[in-house]
Amino acid sequence: MDIERIDWIIDEHQCEASSLIQVLLEIQSENHWLPREALERVSERLQVPMSRIRHIATFYKAFSLVPKGRHEVHVCMGTACHVRGSDRILDTVKDLTGITPGETDMDLKFSLETVNCLGCCALGPVMVVDGKTHGRLSSADAKDVMKGYE
Amino acid sequence: MSDVHLRIDGKDVRASEGMTVLDAARGAHISIPTLCQHERLEPYGGCRICIVEAEARGQNKLVASCVHPVEADLNVRTRSDRVDRIRKTVLELLLARAPDSPQLVDLAAQYGADRDRFEKDPSFCIHCGLCVRYCNEIKKLNAVGFVDRGIRKEISFIPEIASKECNNCKECFPLCPTSYLQAAFVLLEALAFPSASPRPASGKTVA
Amino acid sequence: MTVPRLSSPEELAKLSQELSSRRDPNSPCVSICAGTGCLACGATDVVSAFKDEFEKQGLKDKVGLRSTGCHGFCERGPIVVIDPEETCYLQVAPGDVPEIASAALNENKIIDRLLYVHQVTGEKTTRESDIPFYKNQRRLVFGPNRKIDPQSIEDYIAIGGYRALVKALFEMTPEQIIAEVKEAKLRGRGGAGFLTGVKWEIARNAPGDPKYVVVNCDEGDPGAYMDRSLMEGNPHSVIEGLLIGAYAIGSQHGFVYVRQEYPLAVKNLGIALRQAEERGLLGKNILGSGFDFHVKVHRGAGAFVCGEETALILSLEGRPGEPRPRPPYPAVKGLWDKPTNINNVETWANVPLIINKGAAEFASIGTDGSKGTKIFSLVGKIANTGLVEVPMGIPLRDVVYKIGGGIPGGKKFKAMQTGGPSGGCIPEKLLDLEVGFDELTKAGSMMGSGGMIVMDEDTCMVDVARYFIEFLTEESCGKCVPCREGLRQMHRILDRITKGKGREGDIETLELLSETAQEASLCALGKTAPNPFLSTLRYFRDEYEAHIKEKRCPALSCKELIAFYIDPDRCKACLICLRKCPTNAIDGAKNKIHVIDQAKCTNCGTCLEVCPTRFAAVQKLSGVPVPPPIPEDRRMILRKSKEDERRPSAD
Repeated sequence: MDIERIDWIIDEHQCEASSLIQVLLEIQSENHWLPREALERVSERLQVPMSRIRHIATFYKAFSLVPKGRHEVHVCMGTACHVRGSDRILDTVKDLTGITPGETDMDLKFSLETVNCLGCCALGPVMVVDGKTHGRLSSADAKDVMKGYE
Repeated sequence: MSDVHLRIDGKDVRASEGMTVLDAARGAHISIPTLCQHERLEPYGGCRICIVEAEARGQNKLVASCVHPVEADLNVRTRSDRVDRIRKTVLELLLARAPDSPQLVDLAAQYGADRDRFEKDPSFCIHCGLCVRYCNEIKKLNAVGFVDRGIRKEISFIPEIASKECNNCKECFPLCPTSYLQAAFVLLEALAFPSASPRPASGKTVA
Repeated sequence: MTVPRLSSPEELAKLSQELSSRRDPNSPCVSICAGTGCLACGATDVVSAFKDEFEKQGLKDKVGLRSTGCHGFCERGPIVVIDPEETCYLQVAPGDVPEIASAALNENKIIDRLLYVHQVTGEKTTRESDIPFYKNQRRLVFGPNRKIDPQSIEDYIAIGGYRALVKALFEMTPEQIIAEVKEAKLRGRGGAGFLTGVKWEIARNAPGDPKYVVVNCDEGDPGAYMDRSLMEGNPHSVIEGLLIGAYAIGSQHGFVYVRQEYPLAVKNLGIALRQAEERGLLGKNILGSGFDFHVKVHRGAGAFVCGEETALILSLEGRPGEPRPRPPYPAVKGLWDKPTNINNVETWANVPLIINKGAAEFASIGTDGSKGTKIFSLVGKIANTGLVEVPMGIPLRDVVYKIGGGIPGGKKFKAMQTGGPSGGCIPEKLLDLEVGFDELTKAGSMMGSGGMIVMDEDTCMVDVARYFIEFLTEESCGKCVPCREGLRQMHRILDRITKGKGREGDIETLELLSETAQEASLCALGKTAPNPFLSTLRYFRDEYEAHIKEKRCPALSCKELIAFYIDPDRCKACLICLRKCPTNAIDGAKNKIHVIDQAKCTNCGTCLEVCPTRFAAVQKLSGVPVPPPIPEDRRMILRKSKEDERRPSAD
């Protein structure tokens, strides 16, 4: 991500230190992760110490300090999905990708995350791949869904 | 500042408005154990070992004395079965993290805490934040900070700052209630591997 | 396109009249639910199919078309309602659209197959408000969702929106507004249930300037999504409430804290704020009243603890959301140490209602301690998953059975978990409990933000406690010891129990850790965190004991404590489970009874899932030894004729 773009985002937020989280969210959503250079630029421009930026970038779940895979898989572990068997969906996805939540596989194909509730409880158990919702899944369905991504 | 009259362990104590219960107790030579408190730092309220019973307007509750402000007619008890039981549990939880910390071992003897009560997970750090807050508030260097949250929370040095500042300072080390093992380790780690990033927050690994 | 700014209440009244006269109540209009739930099951395609079809059939000027926010009946989405008859079609697919479009002009034509069918009686219902799910609700706050396009301020104004703001700004003093809200006895819908009017008064009287007002839309409770649906479906009602509160408190700066995981809510909120500003309902000199008010949106970056007020404030300041001790309370010393009033989305959305209808009418609904209505998200093992708005005081049983349609699959109700992760479980014997803040707290649970998760006989209550404690361990900020370390140990012990490694004394240790967390934690997250354990222990102690002493999971749910077994008398050797088994643990062949190799089985449950219900050969066992596999020589099924094979369910 180039510095001009980061500066543009910072300027959009009037260079206010209180907008730190908003700035990082925008970088995250455009770049899918927060490279070190970006954090350093933000620290310099917003006059926020790097220690706080690192705390924020690791405290909030939306941020990643490592590159993400091509496909972002989110398995909902909300209560409604849990009582409808989301653990088994997660196990299936873990088996298929060989990674655990928070990880990205070596080929940068999949990143796996769990989410606490997507608010589509009627469709539980639910899994979202690249923004597309797959609902009312069984383990076998989850396997089929995952096979559809290259 | 106006005076506030309160009672601590049956003793009438005069304090001034804005003081904490801990300040007031210490002023009256009543000792309350603390781990994350430091007179030069802003109150933090993290370790909870300083909890006391505080009774006001007919309500009796446990409060952390290091952050709870004094108020008129507050009736404080620094020791009771309830207070001791909770301090003991807090110590046992911390001993699972830092089983050999002299400060913890001393307190454990006092409160009858069992060092082996809980499954051990030694990290040496008990997250009191003294090093982090000292570096930020007093030294204003921000060489060390926290990363992550909850059970994955750790202290972490910023390599660029640490390489310039820490060697000559290390003033945070003696503040550590667990003999700064972890601080020394992560400082070394930051200096040796400056490009490694702190661990990502995401993930769902409950130990 | 610039729209005229409204500079007086008269101009707003005129616009409102103009807009509502254009909405002829007798001309047909198609409303499609485009809330997140319906979008996830294909509402986008339904909307575009309608657009195409209206074009094709030349209906654009004859029939209105509106995509709205969530209607609540998420179980049966996508939902289409045709006014004025209120004909309600469920689970609509794009293929159904041409037929619906042409029927929309002809009030006598009903498309039978898309109507609501009662699960038991098989009776069909045409009108939306006659469907039992809706009939037993009282949708004062959530009802307008169905009537408006959330991206159109005109729709909101047409149904009388911002009228309460006018009343507040021009006919009431701030003190009168606070008195009205106090008299209505409105309690915060976000969790603790503090009296909103009292909270406002404290903030108003607190010294300090400026003052801030905040909308808390950091709805982190898993299984609760009413705040999202309000924010998505009717953002102006929240903004209007916020404006009224700000005026009453004496604040000119507001924040909306909304989860970034709710992209549609963020989007609709942004549009609503822009439109309100264009219309002169936000910004300087609102409607010529002299009152200025500005709102900023802050997206939450994913931390449950930020629902806690002091953590939310720190997050707004651009810091990690680690709660700070109270006192001082945010109403006195909040954002940037200034008086700050934070209310939840639903609380704010109730405010225009109180101002419009008066405190007396609002307080006529509900119980002594809890007034008005409450939106719940009814989810889990329930036939009609969705958002329901009910009057306070309604028995839980009515919510489960009359509105929720009971438990699917003929299963037995076991418990209802309310109040989010820090809430508790309410057992069957307390189902006649009336819904209210104090009533739920007395039963060991709480109102929380309003999640209602229904659990049936297949749900293990120890596992439920483990699940919530795990969630809270993950979400603990890590600042104080009782929460960070205590919950970690609690999770460990609970995890061990569900794995059949529980020990004597575990329950007592859990109780001690619960006391420590409740009494000594810094913030409400830690103080309430033990509730899921304590309430399940209170009502389901026998399940804990079965796990610990007998290594048995009575609900047959805990993976490590169960085994899957194929009943040889029921197995028809259909090969389905054998092919689907991910670990090839099933031995068998055509006409040869299938047997699970317990050593290879990982208890994934696929065999049970895929075994045809008419055979129901796969069983779960717990606490008893798995019967030995039947001998090889008795495994062959001899089929008499083709006839028998075709009708295997006959035997």
